[in-house]
Amino acid sequence: MSITNLLTNWSDFRQQHPSAAHPHREYKWAMSIDLDSCTGCNACSVACYAENNLPVVGKEKFAHGHSHHWMRIERYWDNDGREFADQGAQFLPMLCQHCESAPCETVCPVGATNHTADGLNSQVYNRCVGSRYCNANCPYKVRYFNWYNYPTTENVWPEPMNQQLNPDLSVRSKGVMEKCTFCVQRLRASMNDARTQGRLVIDGEVQTACQQVCPTGAITFGNLVDPSAKVGKQWKQQQVDLNIDKQPKDAEEKAAKLRGYRILEELRTYPSVMYLEQLRESAV
Amino acid sequence: MEKDIREDIAWAQINKDVLKSLESPRRLYWVILLIALAMIGVAVGSEIYQYTTGMGVSNKNNSHVWSLYIATFIFWIGMSHSGTLLSAILHLMHADWRKPIYRFAEAMTTFSLMTAGLFVMVHLGRLWQVYYVMPYPNERWVWPNFQSPLVWDMFAIATYLSSSVLFLYVGMIPDLAICRDNIHAGWRKKLYTIMSLGWEGTDRQWRNFRITYLTIACFLIPLAVSVHSIVASDFAMSNMPGWHVTSFPPYFVAGALYSGCAAIITLFIILRYVFRFEEYMTLPIMKKLVRLTFAIAMVWTYLNLIEFASVWYGHDQTAKDQLIFKATGPYAPYFWAMIFFGSILPLMLAFKRFQTHLPILFVVSILLNVGMWLERWMIISPSFAHGHYPWTWDHDQWPSLVQWGIVFGSFGWFTLLFMVFCKVFPSVSMYEVKEMVYHRTLALKHKPAVKGDY
Repeated sequence: MSITNLLTNWSDFRQQHPSAAHPHREYKWAMSIDLDSCTGCNACSVACYAENNLPVVGKEKFAHGHSHHWMRIERYWDNDGREFADQGAQFLPMLCQHCESAPCETVCPVGATNHTADGLNSQVYNRCVGSRYCNANCPYKVRYFNWYNYPTTENVWPEPMNQQLNPDLSVRSKGVMEKCTFCVQRLRASMNDARTQGRLVIDGEVQTACQQVCPTGAITFGNLVDPSAKVGKQWKQQQVDLNIDKQPKDAEEKAAKLRGYRILEELRTYPSVMYLEQLRESAV
Repeated sequence: MEKDIREDIAWAQINKDVLKSLESPRRLYWVILLIALAMIGVAVGSEIYQYTTGMGVSNKNNSHVWSLYIATFIFWIGMSHSGTLLSAILHLMHADWRKPIYRFAEAMTTFSLMTAGLFVMVHLGRLWQVYYVMPYPNERWVWPNFQSPLVWDMFAIATYLSSSVLFLYVGMIPDLAICRDNIHAGWRKKLYTIMSLGWEGTDRQWRNFRITYLTIACFLIPLAVSVHSIVASDFAMSNMPGWHVTSFPPYFVAGALYSGCAAIITLFIILRYVFRFEEYMTLPIMKKLVRLTFAIAMVWTYLNLIEFASVWYGHDQTAKDQLIFKATGPYAPYFWAMIFFGSILPLMLAFKRFQTHLPILFVVSILLNVGMWLERWMIISPSFAHGHYPWTWDHDQWPSLVQWGIVFGSFGWFTLLFMVFCKVFPSVSMYEVKEMVYHRTLALKHKPAVKGDY
């Protein structure tokens, strides 16, 4: 970039969205989570533990904040004017938002976390040195550090439990950062299958573990580039655009009709997860 | 105007006084050295435990991933700036009062950088892979991420450390030659002979020496400013509330000079007492140093207020909440202690009666550094405890003894390096003190035989 180009086009450059320079041609994995369907049952979290070899750290370490729930259910209370306190519980399944402009990616000193061509925020365990800068810069705090050596010294999978570890991905050792991968091992398997058959992955062909187990079908996952994919239809229906940071819903007159939003959008992280707002009783 | 030092000290006397500080230490020296070693032992023990068990023993957690290590890292980096200020900036400004005290300030620079470097490593989850941060040729062409402020940090610190070692060494060469000439046998003779690089004090050597010294000084000034600006970028470039502040780089540089000057006052008093350097580390020099510290303290206070004001009047509600949390939440005692030690206490230094009162200055200068350490901690921890995402707010996190042990031990490590330095190398620059008395010596030499002959 020459200096004149830089000076004249600086504001354009600043406004440019990362995927405008490198558009997703075949795949852009994205998710939507319907909070109205979510019952807070934690099945997604359990499935994630099983699928992704997450260590169950125990009560004490959990209380210290050393847990590894890549998919976590956050519970919030809205008890005003309710007869029974439990009615006010609201749930928010929180996982890595796979931001298109991820704050974690720019700060990693060794480039252990990167953006893939199919729109994932990847984590290279072998490259990670454990500076934890990515977690510091993550506004959602969805990155989990291996504070102890769980497979060996902590022995969280004693014999014969190690037999149930998923062979499709690694077991992480101490000092490494990890986070939700959108079940990248499943994505890669089905993408490879599709490629050998000379086609793209069909919608519904691949599911994330959390989506697979959700009893109410609150989680939709798929390829945003694919016009027939359910997730893309939902995004379109809610008028949520991946590449902008202020959605039509933010305008007041549309707020009542639209339910789709993305968390902390104003930080311009462009998350790949859209949430569908819970329907209020007043709105029904 | 009062003179910085007495101008009728003979050159031989200067040599004698300074070389005396290299003689066999007194018992107190060994006692302090043992204490320093014990402190290092605590830190090494803690680090071994952390290394083998995992970072979890430091009691950090998933939303609170940085803590005392990074805070203390900034503290030590900051300390290192005073050496450059005194040696390089004041050298260019021909402020002669720096001459008797810059040598130990420069040593302080080098040793605090060496301490800071250790904290980077202690902080890493996989210390054994630390070389990944460096760009080195490898068969897969994998490079570090040049966008990351931590990589800039690595370059900045490595450059600063190597150049400040060079600066310290080059400035010492004429003095090393004096040591060589005054010691007649043993390992010291060999050491000084090698290190003085055949210095004979010829005109040509002096000219080359001056040019070299000036060049490194000029190189070091922008470097020092950039080093702490880069350390500030670790925070300013991130999006955490309380960190994402444009004024951080100058604020950090001011804070660095501030804590460095306070540390120089502390060491000034200790060296003056221990080595009986009353003739060289004089009260007029102390007065100037204290005034400089006062001025920097006020700059720091101003930048601090600017930071609070821009957050307060800014549009970022999260940052504002975080600021209120810092001032009223569980961190409030430390926050207000930082304000007191950093901004209120230095007001004392404006009064003449305290400017040369050594016992008071000793205590105050240590408290100023306590304040500056608290400042660094107040930058790190409250931002994690009260960040963007309320579900991960953790107001109870407290560093474990492992963290405190390593922080504690770092002071022992610094003390050890500094004490060894003081016994092996002259901690007062002999040749430059001689320059201060040079004109007087000349005048005495050409003293007219009859009074009133001028």
